[in-house]
Amino acid sequence: MTEEIIIAGFGGQGVLSMGKILAYSGVMQNKEVSWMPSYGPEMRGGTANVTVIISDERISSPILNSFDTAIILNQQSLDKFEKAVKPGGLLIYDPNGITRLPLRKDINIYSIAAADEAGKLGFSKIFNMIVLGGFLKLKPLVAPEYIHKGLEKSLPARHHKLIPENEKAIEIGKTLIQGVQVLN
Amino acid sequence: MGELRLMKGNEAIAEAAIRAGCDGYFGYPITPQSEVMEYLMAERPFERTGMVVLQAESETASINMVYGAAASGKMAMTSSSSPGVSLMQEGLSYLAGAELPALIVNIVRGGPGLGTIQPSQADYFQAVKGGGHGDYKLIVLAPASVQEMCDHVKLAFELAFKYRNPAMILSDGAIGQMMEKVVLFDAIPRRTEEELVSQNPWAATGKPKNREHIIITSLDLDPAGQERVNLKLQAKYREMEKNEVLYETLGCEDAEYVFVAFGLSARICQKSMDLARAKGIKVGLFRPITLFPFPVIPIHELGKKVKGMLVVEMNAGQMIEDVKLSVGCSIKIEHYGRFGGIIPTPDEVVHALENQIIGG
Repeated sequence: MTEEIIIAGFGGQGVLSMGKILAYSGVMQNKEVSWMPSYGPEMRGGTANVTVIISDERISSPILNSFDTAIILNQQSLDKFEKAVKPGGLLIYDPNGITRLPLRKDINIYSIAAADEAGKLGFSKIFNMIVLGGFLKLKPLVAPEYIHKGLEKSLPARHHKLIPENEKAIEIGKTLIQGVQVLN
Repeated sequence: MGELRLMKGNEAIAEAAIRAGCDGYFGYPITPQSEVMEYLMAERPFERTGMVVLQAESETASINMVYGAAASGKMAMTSSSSPGVSLMQEGLSYLAGAELPALIVNIVRGGPGLGTIQPSQADYFQAVKGGGHGDYKLIVLAPASVQEMCDHVKLAFELAFKYRNPAMILSDGAIGQMMEKVVLFDAIPRRTEEELVSQNPWAATGKPKNREHIIITSLDLDPAGQERVNLKLQAKYREMEKNEVLYETLGCEDAEYVFVAFGLSARICQKSMDLARAKGIKVGLFRPITLFPFPVIPIHELGKKVKGMLVVEMNAGQMIEDVKLSVGCSIKIEHYGRFGGIIPTPDEVVHALENQIIGG
Protein backbone atom coordinates (compact mmCIF):
# COMPACT_ATOMS: atom_id res chain seq x y z
CA MET A 1 0.00 0.00 0.00
CA THR A 2 1.27 3.45 -0.92
CA GLU A 3 -0.88 6.58 -0.67
CA GLU A 4 0.45 9.78 -2.26
CA ILE A 5 -1.33 12.88 -0.97
CA ILE A 6 -1.08 16.60 -1.62
CA ILE A 7 -2.62 19.03 0.88
CA ALA A 8 -2.81 22.62 -0.40
CA GLY A 9 -4.29 25.90 0.79
CA PHE A 10 -3.40 29.24 2.34
CA GLY A 11 -0.64 29.68 4.91
CA GLY A 12 -2.26 29.69 8.34
CA GLN A 13 -4.96 27.11 7.49
CA GLY A 14 -2.93 24.39 9.15
CA VAL A 15 -1.97 22.66 5.92
CA LEU A 16 1.53 21.74 7.09
CA SER A 17 0.42 20.69 10.56
CA MET A 18 -2.39 18.52 9.15
CA GLY A 19 0.22 16.78 7.04
CA LYS A 20 2.54 16.44 10.00
CA ILE A 21 -0.13 14.89 12.23
CA LEU A 22 -1.06 12.44 9.46
CA ALA A 23 2.61 11.58 8.85
CA TYR A 24 3.43 11.20 12.55
CA SER A 25 0.38 8.96 12.99
CA GLY A 26 1.73 6.84 10.15
CA VAL A 27 5.12 6.60 11.89
CA MET A 28 3.38 5.47 15.09
CA GLN A 29 1.65 2.71 13.09
CA ASN A 30 5.08 1.66 11.78
CA LYS A 31 4.51 2.89 8.22
CA GLU A 32 7.11 4.56 6.05
CA VAL A 33 6.29 8.25 5.62
CA SER A 34 7.58 11.38 3.97
CA TRP A 35 6.42 14.99 4.43
CA MET A 36 7.70 17.42 1.84
CA PRO A 37 6.54 21.03 2.23
CA SER A 38 6.65 23.87 -0.20
CA TYR A 39 9.11 26.23 1.40
CA GLY A 40 10.70 29.54 0.55
CA PRO A 41 9.06 32.12 -1.68
CA GLU A 42 5.77 30.22 -1.97
CA MET A 43 5.46 29.83 1.77
CA ARG A 44 6.23 33.48 2.32
CA GLY A 45 3.70 34.60 -0.29
CA GLY A 46 0.58 33.04 1.20
CA THR A 47 -0.03 29.63 -0.39
CA ALA A 48 1.22 26.51 1.30
CA ASN A 49 1.26 22.89 0.28
CA VAL A 50 2.71 19.65 1.52
CA THR A 51 3.17 16.25 -0.10
CA VAL A 52 2.59 13.39 2.34
CA ILE A 53 3.37 9.81 1.37
CA ILE A 54 2.37 6.90 3.59
CA SER A 55 3.53 3.47 2.54
CA ASP A 56 4.26 -0.07 3.67
CA GLU A 57 7.45 0.02 1.60
CA ARG A 58 10.51 2.24 1.34
CA ILE A 59 9.44 5.53 -0.25
CA SER A 60 11.09 6.52 -3.51
CA SER A 61 10.59 10.11 -4.66
CA PRO A 62 9.29 12.48 -1.95
CA ILE A 63 8.42 14.90 -4.75
CA LEU A 64 5.63 13.94 -7.13
CA ASN A 65 3.65 15.29 -10.05
CA SER A 66 0.58 13.08 -9.62
CA PHE A 67 -1.32 12.10 -6.51
CA ASP A 68 -3.81 9.51 -5.25
CA THR A 69 -5.49 12.20 -3.16
CA ALA A 70 -5.59 16.01 -3.34
CA ILE A 71 -6.98 17.87 -0.32
CA ILE A 72 -7.72 21.37 -1.57
CA LEU A 73 -8.47 24.34 0.66
CA ASN A 74 -8.48 27.34 -1.71
CA GLN A 75 -9.17 28.27 -5.33
CA GLN A 76 -5.52 28.70 -6.34
CA SER A 77 -4.74 25.20 -5.13
CA LEU A 78 -7.75 23.75 -6.96
CA ASP A 79 -6.58 25.42 -10.17
CA LYS A 80 -3.07 24.08 -9.66
CA PHE A 81 -3.66 20.53 -8.40
CA GLU A 82 -6.99 19.32 -9.89
CA LYS A 83 -5.10 18.13 -12.96
CA ALA A 84 -2.51 16.35 -10.80
CA VAL A 85 -4.96 13.80 -9.37
CA LYS A 86 -4.41 10.33 -10.85
CA PRO A 87 -7.37 9.01 -12.89
CA GLY A 88 -9.69 7.24 -10.45
CA GLY A 89 -8.10 9.21 -7.60
CA LEU A 90 -9.69 11.37 -4.93
CA LEU A 91 -10.18 15.13 -4.67
CA ILE A 92 -11.52 16.63 -1.44
CA TYR A 93 -12.25 20.35 -1.26
CA ASP A 94 -13.74 22.84 1.15
CA PRO A 95 -16.32 24.90 -0.79
CA ASN A 96 -15.52 28.00 1.30
CA GLY A 97 -14.05 30.55 -1.13
CA ILE A 98 -14.31 28.22 -4.14
CA THR A 99 -15.78 30.03 -7.15
CA ARG A 100 -14.92 27.52 -9.88
CA LEU A 101 -15.90 23.96 -9.06
CA PRO A 102 -13.74 20.99 -10.10
CA LEU A 103 -14.37 19.82 -13.69
CA ARG A 104 -12.66 16.42 -13.92
CA LYS A 105 -15.01 13.53 -14.77
CA ASP A 106 -12.52 10.71 -14.12
CA ILE A 107 -11.88 11.21 -10.40
CA ASN A 108 -13.85 10.93 -7.16
CA ILE A 109 -14.82 14.33 -5.77
CA TYR A 110 -15.98 15.05 -2.23
CA SER A 111 -16.67 18.31 -0.46
CA ILE A 112 -16.37 19.12 3.21
CA ALA A 113 -17.67 22.38 4.66
CA ALA A 114 -15.02 22.44 7.36
CA ALA A 115 -14.46 26.21 7.50
CA ASP A 116 -18.20 26.81 8.06
CA GLU A 117 -18.37 24.13 10.72
CA ALA A 118 -15.28 25.39 12.54
CA GLY A 119 -16.81 28.89 12.45
CA LYS A 120 -20.10 27.60 13.92
CA LEU A 121 -18.20 25.80 16.68
CA GLY A 122 -16.32 29.06 17.34
CA PHE A 123 -12.96 27.28 17.20
CA SER A 124 -11.27 28.00 13.89
CA LYS A 125 -8.03 26.22 14.81
CA ILE A 126 -9.59 22.76 14.53
CA PHE A 127 -10.56 23.43 10.90
CA ASN A 128 -7.74 21.29 9.58
CA MET A 129 -8.67 18.38 11.84
CA ILE A 130 -12.23 18.43 10.47
CA VAL A 131 -10.76 18.11 6.99
CA LEU A 132 -8.43 15.32 8.13
CA GLY A 133 -11.45 13.47 9.59
CA GLY A 134 -13.22 13.67 6.23
CA PHE A 135 -10.19 12.21 4.49
CA LEU A 136 -9.80 9.40 7.05
CA LYS A 137 -13.50 8.51 6.64
CA LEU A 138 -12.82 7.81 2.94
CA LYS A 139 -9.33 6.37 3.37
CA PRO A 140 -8.76 4.95 6.86
CA LEU A 141 -5.00 4.64 6.38
CA VAL A 142 -4.22 5.10 10.03
CA ALA A 143 -6.20 3.68 12.98
CA PRO A 144 -7.65 6.14 15.54
CA GLU A 145 -5.32 5.04 18.35
CA TYR A 146 -2.33 5.93 16.16
CA ILE A 147 -3.89 9.28 15.27
CA HIS A 148 -4.02 9.90 19.02
CA LYS A 149 -0.33 9.05 19.32
CA GLY A 150 0.42 11.18 16.27
CA LEU A 151 -1.31 14.15 17.91
CA GLU A 152 0.69 13.62 21.10
CA LYS A 153 3.94 13.55 19.15
CA SER A 154 3.11 16.47 16.83
CA LEU A 155 1.72 18.94 19.34
CA PRO A 156 3.93 20.56 21.95
CA ALA A 157 3.17 19.38 25.49
CA ARG A 158 1.50 22.70 26.38
CA HIS A 159 -1.16 21.95 23.73
CA HIS A 160 -1.85 18.37 24.80
CA LYS A 161 -4.96 19.52 26.63
CA LEU A 162 -6.42 20.30 23.19
CA ILE A 163 -6.08 16.72 21.92
CA PRO A 164 -9.70 15.76 22.85
CA GLU A 165 -10.99 18.77 20.82
CA ASN A 166 -8.85 17.72 17.88
CA GLU A 167 -10.15 14.15 18.06
CA LYS A 168 -13.73 15.44 18.27
CA ALA A 169 -13.08 17.56 15.18
CA ILE A 170 -11.84 14.46 13.33
CA GLU A 171 -15.10 12.69 14.24
CA ILE A 172 -17.15 15.69 13.06
CA GLY A 173 -15.23 15.62 9.77
CA LYS A 174 -16.16 11.99 9.24
CA THR A 175 -19.88 12.90 9.34
CA LEU A 176 -19.52 16.12 7.37
CA ILE A 177 -17.89 14.87 4.19
CA GLN A 178 -20.20 14.55 1.18
CA GLY A 179 -19.83 12.91 -2.19
CA VAL A 180 -20.08 15.28 -5.15
CA GLN A 181 -19.03 12.82 -7.84
CA VAL A 182 -18.47 9.21 -6.85
CA LEU A 183 -17.23 6.85 -9.53
CA ASN A 184 -18.39 3.25 -9.57
CA MET B 1 16.26 -0.14 18.43
CA GLY B 2 17.05 3.55 18.77
CA GLU B 3 14.53 6.30 19.34
CA LEU B 4 11.98 6.72 16.53
CA ARG B 5 11.07 10.25 15.41
CA LEU B 6 9.59 12.19 12.52
CA MET B 7 12.17 14.89 11.73
CA LYS B 8 13.32 17.32 9.10
CA GLY B 9 16.67 16.51 7.50
CA ASN B 10 18.19 19.64 9.02
CA GLU B 11 16.93 18.70 12.49
CA ALA B 12 18.29 15.17 12.08
CA ILE B 13 21.75 16.62 11.33
CA ALA B 14 21.61 18.70 14.51
CA GLU B 15 20.35 15.90 16.75
CA ALA B 16 22.89 13.48 15.27
CA ALA B 17 25.70 15.96 15.99
CA ILE B 18 24.74 16.10 19.67
CA ARG B 19 24.47 12.30 19.83
CA ALA B 20 27.77 11.76 17.98
CA GLY B 21 29.56 13.60 20.79
CA CYS B 22 30.30 16.76 18.80
CA ASP B 23 32.18 19.36 20.86
CA GLY B 24 31.28 22.50 18.96
CA TYR B 25 29.04 23.91 16.24
CA PHE B 26 29.91 27.26 14.67
CA GLY B 27 27.58 28.64 12.01
CA TYR B 28 25.79 31.51 10.39
CA PRO B 29 22.13 31.35 9.30
CA ILE B 30 21.13 30.87 5.67
CA THR B 31 18.04 29.31 4.08
CA PRO B 32 17.48 26.38 3.51
CA GLN B 33 19.60 25.08 6.40
CA SER B 34 18.83 27.48 9.26
CA GLU B 35 16.96 24.73 11.16
CA VAL B 36 20.32 23.13 12.01
CA MET B 37 21.32 25.97 14.33
CA GLU B 38 17.72 26.70 15.36
CA TYR B 39 17.33 23.12 16.54
CA LEU B 40 20.67 23.21 18.36
CA MET B 41 19.84 26.49 20.11
CA ALA B 42 16.41 25.17 21.17
CA GLU B 43 17.84 21.84 22.29
CA ARG B 44 20.53 23.53 24.44
CA PRO B 45 23.26 20.88 24.06
CA PHE B 46 25.54 23.14 26.13
CA GLU B 47 23.38 21.90 29.02
CA ARG B 48 22.78 18.38 27.68
CA THR B 49 26.34 17.35 26.77
CA GLY B 50 28.48 20.46 27.14
CA MET B 51 28.61 20.99 23.35
CA VAL B 52 29.24 24.59 22.32
CA VAL B 53 26.78 26.16 19.86
CA LEU B 54 27.81 29.55 18.59
CA GLN B 55 26.48 31.92 15.96
CA ALA B 56 29.53 33.49 14.38
CA GLU B 57 29.57 36.89 12.67
CA SER B 58 29.98 35.34 9.23
CA GLU B 59 30.64 32.08 7.38
CA THR B 60 34.33 33.00 7.16
CA ALA B 61 34.47 33.32 10.93
CA SER B 62 32.55 30.03 11.37
CA ILE B 63 34.98 27.95 9.35
CA ASN B 64 37.98 29.51 11.10
CA MET B 65 36.41 28.77 14.49
CA VAL B 66 36.05 25.18 13.27
CA TYR B 67 39.76 25.25 12.32
CA GLY B 68 40.70 26.43 15.80
CA ALA B 69 38.57 23.84 17.56
CA ALA B 70 39.77 21.05 15.25
CA ALA B 71 43.42 22.02 15.80
CA SER B 72 42.93 21.31 19.49
CA GLY B 73 41.51 17.86 18.70
CA LYS B 74 37.87 18.80 19.25
CA MET B 75 35.04 17.36 17.20
CA ALA B 76 33.86 20.51 15.43
CA MET B 77 31.38 21.28 12.67
CA THR B 78 29.62 23.96 10.70
CA SER B 79 26.71 24.01 8.29
CA SER B 80 25.65 26.40 5.58
CA SER B 81 24.17 26.58 2.11
CA SER B 82 25.88 27.23 -1.21
CA PRO B 83 26.79 30.97 -1.06
CA GLY B 84 27.90 30.51 2.54
CA VAL B 85 29.97 27.45 1.68
CA SER B 86 31.67 29.45 -1.08
CA LEU B 87 32.80 31.89 1.61
CA MET B 88 34.29 28.97 3.54
CA GLN B 89 36.48 27.63 0.73
CA GLU B 90 39.70 29.22 1.97
CA GLY B 91 39.12 27.64 5.37
CA LEU B 92 38.45 24.24 3.82
CA SER B 93 41.72 24.33 1.92
CA TYR B 94 43.56 25.27 5.14
CA LEU B 95 41.82 22.49 7.10
CA ALA B 96 42.81 19.96 4.43
CA GLY B 97 46.39 21.33 4.26
CA ALA B 98 46.78 21.20 8.03
CA GLU B 99 45.19 17.72 8.11
CA LEU B 100 42.42 18.63 10.50
CA PRO B 101 39.26 16.58 11.02
CA ALA B 102 35.98 18.53 10.80
CA LEU B 103 32.46 18.26 9.44
CA ILE B 104 31.01 20.76 6.98
CA VAL B 105 27.36 20.41 5.94
CA ASN B 106 26.25 22.00 2.67
CA ILE B 107 22.46 22.09 2.17
CA VAL B 108 22.71 23.13 -1.45
CA ARG B 109 20.47 25.77 -3.06
CA GLY B 110 20.23 26.92 -6.65
CA GLY B 111 23.10 29.07 -7.94
CA PRO B 112 25.26 30.64 -9.19
CA GLY B 113 25.55 33.76 -7.08
CA LEU B 114 22.85 34.34 -4.52
CA GLY B 115 20.64 32.12 -6.72
CA THR B 116 17.45 30.74 -5.20
CA ILE B 117 16.61 29.07 -1.92
CA GLN B 118 15.23 25.96 -3.65
CA PRO B 119 17.11 22.63 -3.82
CA SER B 120 19.98 22.01 -6.22
CA GLN B 121 23.01 19.76 -6.71
CA ALA B 122 25.10 22.34 -8.52
CA ASP B 123 27.85 22.33 -5.86
CA TYR B 124 29.10 18.83 -6.81
CA PHE B 125 32.24 20.19 -8.50
CA GLN B 126 32.97 22.53 -5.60
CA ALA B 127 32.63 19.71 -3.06
CA VAL B 128 34.40 16.95 -4.97
CA LYS B 129 36.99 18.74 -7.10
CA GLY B 130 38.20 21.36 -4.68
CA GLY B 131 36.58 24.76 -4.43
CA GLY B 132 39.50 26.02 -2.45
CA HIS B 133 43.04 26.13 -3.78
CA GLY B 134 45.62 23.37 -3.88
CA ASP B 135 45.58 19.61 -4.43
CA TYR B 136 43.23 18.53 -1.67
CA LYS B 137 40.17 16.35 -1.28
CA LEU B 138 37.25 16.40 1.11
CA ILE B 139 35.53 13.17 2.09
CA VAL B 140 32.08 13.84 0.58
CA LEU B 141 28.92 12.00 1.65
CA ALA B 142 25.62 12.36 -0.20
CA PRO B 143 22.61 11.35 1.92
CA ALA B 144 19.36 10.53 0.13
CA SER B 145 17.01 10.37 3.12
CA VAL B 146 16.51 11.95 6.52
CA GLN B 147 17.75 8.68 8.06
CA GLU B 148 21.03 9.07 6.17
CA MET B 149 21.28 12.74 7.17
CA CYS B 150 21.39 11.42 10.74
CA ASP B 151 23.68 8.44 10.12
CA HIS B 152 26.12 10.34 7.90
CA VAL B 153 26.93 12.83 10.67
CA LYS B 154 28.32 10.00 12.77
CA LEU B 155 30.05 8.42 9.77
CA ALA B 156 31.55 11.74 8.63
CA PHE B 157 33.11 12.37 12.05
CA GLU B 158 34.48 8.81 12.16
CA LEU B 159 36.09 9.16 8.73
CA ALA B 160 37.32 12.69 9.43
CA PHE B 161 39.20 11.53 12.53
CA LYS B 162 40.34 8.27 10.95
CA TYR B 163 42.06 10.19 8.14
CA ARG B 164 42.56 13.59 9.80
CA ASN B 165 40.72 15.18 6.91
CA PRO B 166 37.68 17.48 6.64
CA ALA B 167 34.47 15.69 5.61
CA MET B 168 31.47 17.22 3.92
CA ILE B 169 27.83 16.20 3.86
CA LEU B 170 26.50 17.39 0.49
CA SER B 171 22.72 17.49 0.63
CA ASP B 172 20.07 19.86 -0.70
CA GLY B 173 17.20 22.06 0.39
CA ALA B 174 14.56 19.38 -0.20
CA ILE B 175 16.16 16.74 2.02
CA GLY B 176 16.95 19.45 4.58
CA GLN B 177 13.33 20.62 4.69
CA MET B 178 11.41 17.36 4.39
CA MET B 179 10.39 15.15 7.28
CA GLU B 180 10.78 11.39 7.34
CA LYS B 181 10.93 8.65 9.90
CA VAL B 182 14.32 8.46 11.64
CA VAL B 183 15.72 5.91 14.03
CA LEU B 184 18.22 7.89 16.08
CA PHE B 185 21.40 6.17 17.20
CA ASP B 186 22.14 6.07 20.92
CA ALA B 187 24.13 9.03 22.20
CA ILE B 188 27.90 8.65 22.42
CA PRO B 189 29.36 10.64 25.34
CA ARG B 190 31.68 13.52 24.38
CA ARG B 191 35.34 12.59 24.80
CA THR B 192 36.94 13.62 28.06
CA GLU B 193 40.08 15.76 27.92
CA GLU B 194 42.19 12.66 28.75
CA GLU B 195 40.60 10.64 25.94
CA LEU B 196 41.06 13.51 23.52
CA VAL B 197 44.78 13.83 24.34
CA SER B 198 45.44 10.09 24.17
CA GLN B 199 43.45 9.54 20.93
CA ASN B 200 44.82 12.61 19.12
CA PRO B 201 48.52 12.94 19.89
CA TRP B 202 48.81 15.36 16.95
CA ALA B 203 46.42 17.89 18.51
CA ALA B 204 47.49 21.17 20.11
CA THR B 205 46.24 20.44 23.61
CA GLY B 206 48.79 22.36 25.66
CA LYS B 207 52.54 21.71 25.98
CA PRO B 208 53.82 19.53 28.80
CA LYS B 209 57.49 20.01 29.77
CA ASN B 210 58.57 16.65 28.33
CA ARG B 211 57.72 17.21 24.66
CA GLU B 212 58.23 19.68 21.83
CA HIS B 213 55.61 22.16 20.64
CA ILE B 214 52.89 20.83 18.40
CA ILE B 215 52.46 23.14 15.46
CA ILE B 216 49.31 22.98 13.34
CA THR B 217 49.93 24.68 10.03
CA SER B 218 49.41 24.35 6.30
CA LEU B 219 52.53 26.45 5.60
CA ASP B 220 55.89 25.02 4.57
CA LEU B 221 58.06 27.54 2.71
CA ASP B 222 60.54 24.86 1.68
CA PRO B 223 59.17 23.40 -1.59
CA ALA B 224 60.70 20.00 -0.86
CA GLY B 225 58.85 19.99 2.46
CA GLN B 226 55.64 21.12 0.80
CA GLU B 227 55.99 18.36 -1.78
CA ARG B 228 56.31 15.83 1.04
CA VAL B 229 53.08 17.24 2.52
CA ASN B 230 51.37 16.80 -0.83
CA LEU B 231 52.64 13.25 -1.27
CA LYS B 232 51.36 12.39 2.19
CA LEU B 233 47.95 13.87 1.37
CA GLN B 234 47.78 11.98 -1.93
CA ALA B 235 48.70 8.70 -0.23
CA LYS B 236 45.89 9.33 2.24
CA TYR B 237 43.38 9.98 -0.59
CA ARG B 238 44.44 6.71 -2.28
CA GLU B 239 43.75 4.89 1.02
CA MET B 240 40.27 6.45 1.14
CA GLU B 241 39.65 5.30 -2.43
CA LYS B 242 40.68 1.78 -1.46
CA ASN B 243 38.71 1.53 1.77
CA GLU B 244 35.81 3.92 2.04
CA VAL B 245 33.74 3.77 -1.18
CA LEU B 246 30.01 3.47 -0.48
CA TYR B 247 27.21 3.05 -3.00
CA GLU B 248 23.81 1.43 -3.44
CA THR B 249 22.35 -0.43 -6.41
CA LEU B 250 18.68 -1.15 -7.09
CA GLY B 251 17.39 -3.39 -9.85
CA CYS B 252 20.79 -3.62 -11.58
CA GLU B 253 20.82 -7.44 -11.79
CA ASP B 254 18.80 -7.68 -15.02
CA ALA B 255 19.17 -4.04 -16.11
CA GLU B 256 19.84 -3.04 -19.72
CA TYR B 257 20.05 0.61 -18.75
CA VAL B 258 20.87 2.39 -15.49
CA PHE B 259 20.19 5.73 -13.88
CA VAL B 260 23.21 7.09 -12.03
CA ALA B 261 22.18 9.66 -9.44
CA PHE B 262 23.02 10.82 -5.91
CA GLY B 263 20.95 12.31 -3.08
CA LEU B 264 17.47 13.56 -3.95
CA SER B 265 17.92 12.78 -7.66
CA ALA B 266 18.41 9.12 -6.75
CA ARG B 267 15.08 9.12 -4.90
CA ILE B 268 13.37 10.58 -7.97
CA CYS B 269 15.09 8.01 -10.22
CA GLN B 270 13.85 5.22 -7.98
CA LYS B 271 10.30 6.29 -8.81
CA SER B 272 11.26 6.70 -12.49
CA MET B 273 12.63 3.17 -12.36
CA ASP B 274 9.26 1.83 -11.15
CA LEU B 275 7.44 3.78 -13.90
CA ALA B 276 9.86 2.59 -16.61
CA ARG B 277 9.76 -1.04 -15.48
CA ALA B 278 5.94 -0.89 -15.61
CA LYS B 279 6.42 -0.05 -19.31
CA GLY B 280 8.76 -3.03 -19.75
CA ILE B 281 12.03 -1.07 -19.76
CA LYS B 282 14.70 -2.91 -17.78
CA VAL B 283 16.35 -0.07 -15.92
CA GLY B 284 18.27 -0.06 -12.66
CA LEU B 285 19.67 2.59 -10.34
CA PHE B 286 23.25 3.17 -9.21
CA ARG B 287 23.55 5.61 -6.30
CA PRO B 288 26.99 6.81 -5.18
CA ILE B 289 26.86 7.46 -1.42
CA THR B 290 30.46 8.67 -1.19
CA LEU B 291 31.09 11.26 -3.92
CA PHE B 292 34.72 11.29 -2.86
CA PRO B 293 35.98 8.61 -2.87
CA PHE B 294 33.92 8.03 -6.02
CA PRO B 295 32.79 4.45 -6.76
CA VAL B 296 34.97 4.19 -9.87
CA ILE B 297 35.39 0.41 -10.03
CA PRO B 298 31.74 -0.57 -9.37
CA ILE B 299 30.57 1.87 -12.08
CA HIS B 300 33.26 0.60 -14.44
CA GLU B 301 32.06 -2.98 -13.90
CA LEU B 302 28.41 -1.97 -14.35
CA GLY B 303 29.38 -0.24 -17.61
CA LYS B 304 30.43 -3.62 -19.02
CA LYS B 305 26.95 -5.07 -18.47
CA VAL B 306 24.52 -2.38 -19.63
CA LYS B 307 23.71 -0.64 -22.93
CA GLY B 308 23.53 2.90 -21.62
CA MET B 309 23.50 5.18 -18.57
CA LEU B 310 21.48 8.30 -17.84
CA VAL B 311 23.15 10.49 -15.22
CA VAL B 312 20.40 12.51 -13.51
CA GLU B 313 21.50 15.55 -11.52
CA MET B 314 19.97 18.84 -10.40
CA ASN B 315 22.73 20.68 -12.26
CA ALA B 316 23.99 21.13 -15.80
CA GLY B 317 26.17 18.00 -15.84
CA GLN B 318 28.83 17.59 -13.15
CA MET B 319 28.96 14.03 -11.78
CA ILE B 320 28.59 12.77 -15.37
CA GLU B 321 32.28 13.61 -15.87
CA ASP B 322 33.26 11.14 -13.15
CA VAL B 323 30.83 8.53 -14.50
CA LYS B 324 32.35 8.85 -17.97
CA LEU B 325 35.90 8.63 -16.58
CA SER B 326 34.89 5.50 -14.67
CA VAL B 327 33.19 3.72 -17.58
CA GLY B 328 35.30 4.87 -20.52
CA CYS B 329 33.80 5.27 -24.01
CA SER B 330 32.23 1.84 -24.48
CA ILE B 331 28.56 2.76 -23.97
CA LYS B 332 26.25 5.71 -24.35
CA ILE B 333 26.25 8.01 -21.29
CA GLU B 334 24.04 11.09 -21.27
CA HIS B 335 23.05 13.69 -18.72
CA TYR B 336 19.59 14.88 -17.73
CA GLY B 337 19.30 17.83 -15.39
CA ARG B 338 17.17 20.70 -14.15
CA PHE B 339 18.73 23.81 -12.70
CA GLY B 340 18.32 26.72 -10.37
CA GLY B 341 16.03 25.04 -7.84
CA ILE B 342 13.74 23.11 -10.21
CA ILE B 343 13.35 19.46 -9.28
CA PRO B 344 12.91 16.99 -12.14
CA THR B 345 9.71 14.91 -11.98
CA PRO B 346 9.83 11.10 -12.18
CA ASP B 347 7.94 11.24 -15.53
CA GLU B 348 10.37 13.60 -17.23
CA VAL B 349 13.29 11.40 -16.19
CA VAL B 350 11.60 8.40 -17.88
CA HIS B 351 11.08 10.52 -21.03
CA ALA B 352 14.74 11.51 -20.97
CA LEU B 353 15.75 7.83 -20.72
CA GLU B 354 13.53 6.96 -23.68
CA ASN B 355 14.63 9.89 -25.83
CA GLN B 356 18.32 10.29 -24.98
CA ILE B 357 19.46 6.72 -24.28
CA ILE B 358 17.05 4.11 -25.67
CA GLY B 359 15.87 5.96 -28.77
CA GLY B 360 18.82 8.35 -28.98
